Amino acid sequence: MEKFVPLNGLVAPLDRANVDTDAIIPKQFLKSIKRTGFGPNLFDAWRYLDHGEPGIDNSTRPLNRDFILNSPRYQGAQILLTRENFGCGSSREHAPWALLDFGFRAVIAPSFADIFFNNCYKNGLLPVVLPAQTVDALFEATIATPGYRLTVDLAAQQVTTPQGVGHGFEVGAFRKHCLLEGLDEISLTLAHAEAIRTFEQSHRAAQPWLFG
Amino acid sequence: MSALTLYDKLWSSHVVREEADGTALVYIDRHLVHEVTSPQAYEGLKLAGRKPWRIDSIVATADHNTPTRDWDQGIRDPISRTQVETLDANIREFGAKAYFPFLDERQGIVHVIGPEQGATLPGMTVVCGDSHTSTHGAFAALAFGIGTSEVEHVLATQCLNMKKARCMLVRVDGTLGRGVTAKDMALAVIGRIGTAGGTGFAIEFGGSAVRDLSMEGRMTLCNMAIEAGARAGMVAADETTIAYLRGRTFAPSDTGWAQAVAYWKTLHSDVGAGFDRTVELQAEDIAPQVTWGTSPEMVDTIDGRVPDPALIADPLRRASVERALEYMGLAANTAITDIRIDKVFIGSCTNSRIEDLRAAALVVKGRKLAASVKLAMVVPGSGPVKRAAEAEGLDQVFIAAGFEWREPGCSMCLAMNDDRLEPGERCASTSNRNFEGRQGAGGRTHLVSPAMAAAAGIAGHFVDVRKAF
Ligand code: SF4
Repeated sequence: MEKFVPLNGLVAPLDRANVDTDAIIPKQFLKSIKRTGFGPNLFDAWRYLDHGEPGIDNSTRPLNRDFILNSPRYQGAQILLTRENFGCGSSREHAPWALLDFGFRAVIAPSFADIFFNNCYKNGLLPVVLPAQTVDALFEATIATPGYRLTVDLAAQQVTTPQGVGHGFEVGAFRKHCLLEGLDEISLTLAHAEAIRTFEQSHRAAQPWLFG
Repeated sequence: MSALTLYDKLWSSHVVREEADGTALVYIDRHLVHEVTSPQAYEGLKLAGRKPWRIDSIVATADHNTPTRDWDQGIRDPISRTQVETLDANIREFGAKAYFPFLDERQGIVHVIGPEQGATLPGMTVVCGDSHTSTHGAFAALAFGIGTSEVEHVLATQCLNMKKARCMLVRVDGTLGRGVTAKDMALAVIGRIGTAGGTGFAIEFGGSAVRDLSMEGRMTLCNMAIEAGARAGMVAADETTIAYLRGRTFAPSDTGWAQAVAYWKTLHSDVGAGFDRTVELQAEDIAPQVTWGTSPEMVDTIDGRVPDPALIADPLRRASVERALEYMGLAANTAITDIRIDKVFIGSCTNSRIEDLRAAALVVKGRKLAASVKLAMVVPGSGPVKRAAEAEGLDQVFIAAGFEWREPGCSMCLAMNDDRLEPGERCASTSNRNFEGRQGAGGRTHLVSPAMAAAAGIAGHFVDVRKAF
């Protein structure tokens, strides 16, 4: 996983609540056995006017000009600003893969669905929870100000506006450490292999029917 | 000792170690694997030169991509076939306790076959790269969906890093009315707390109406916990649980059985255990439910009407209702019973078990599908469910009424195979998600119980199964 370095990025506002993982990356793209290449199909049904299928050339497809990510002013956005319960629905990690592949490094919302939230951390995409009023204010500023950028600093746990107003956010110490250092979580866990084996022995003694 | 919740017991019996910030390394007993979310995990394992930690924890099947007819012709979509063959190859290379591949007679939806084979047991931690893993919580197990990185993490270490959730009790007391099912209960709960109501929580379902449910009903209820935002749903173990498990293939046998049962009987919340939140419903108040929008919380009773956005004060909520009605092609204030349907789908890990098929067949028996309904399909959850239904003659009941009787799999729940809605088509579906495009691009999904789906198929529009049949 890549280290999360402080980010100063263009903000794209997606003004919808309950954006589900089927919307983020429709199921036909889940047939891929790779982790990459999902960016062109991020929000496929909203972004294009025709129906997308894996393997087709996306560059010639008709774009839905009304969809926010197709607007010229949000090209190159690295921060997605959205509403509550973002990422609800399935456990597909293809959702954060698609967001990352598209170029997003952080998503700001008042709340996220649990599995999606977890999946983001495993891939170096930072989900930032800010209070609904703050998100409201950021929406207003983003829409009113062409080229609106925010700074997201994980180490400082702060989102900073161009005016220098800081908004703190919560993040668990362990997750923060993994993301800042770009650590391989499996190696970290395997460092505790002895503890796992010891646990396993007593677990097996208590519930032998779970083994074998 | 202080009174513990079921969740507390399941959690503390699986913690290997804890970080200073409370992140725990949690041991996983059962790892269910399917073709969609596992290829990248096995690839990661291979690239790192690792092996699965404990092969006998793995039970695998192919379900999402498999076709539901013409099995003799194999999987015709080459991309789907590659994904299923990738799973075949990975299981061959790395091993599993059990694998039910495409065409195997025990193949089926991963959340149907786990319990059916006795591979899901009380007291277990159960994970799968699929959000509806919450289903297995019906067995007093801690069961939750994980992403592909976590699939790889469990393969490599048998553990997951996680923080303890808060715990919510959803208590439903009383007796469900005739024609009202666990599905209606689940939708009523989601209608009450919203699709984000359970975010950050594990939900325990309790109360006399939950205890009265069969294991099939409890699975339906826990299955939908994720639609309420909760990663895990669970029900205490009791005699119903134990009776269901007795004699199943992977359930403990002989000497192990008595010891296991003694332990399972401790798997309930203690009297006086504290919950972070409690929600109470009365079973008698629950009527058959129908969703009208593009989120499971957009739901009403069969005698209700589609809402009028003009009457919604909150601008964000108004906008989302307007959007949903536009997508669904519904006018404000339409009576739910005036909504006409094009297709019926009876299946999915929510409602494809034998009890669900019986409930639908009871409505269908001796009747005919409405002429305006283009397609009604029944997709059993697994090979054993299919054969059990056929032994009871349910397949003939459906076929005589004009329904199609298919091979098991996820099918039109998410339309990864070629069972799907065409743009604009409207479906009465027993599945769990009515998101935009879920059952096919532009398709319109109304979530209902199996009896309500069957009744809608006969009438051509939604009807109150309690009155019409
Ligand atoms: S039946 Fe539907 S919800 Fe269940 S596992 Fe399959 S695709 Fe997912």
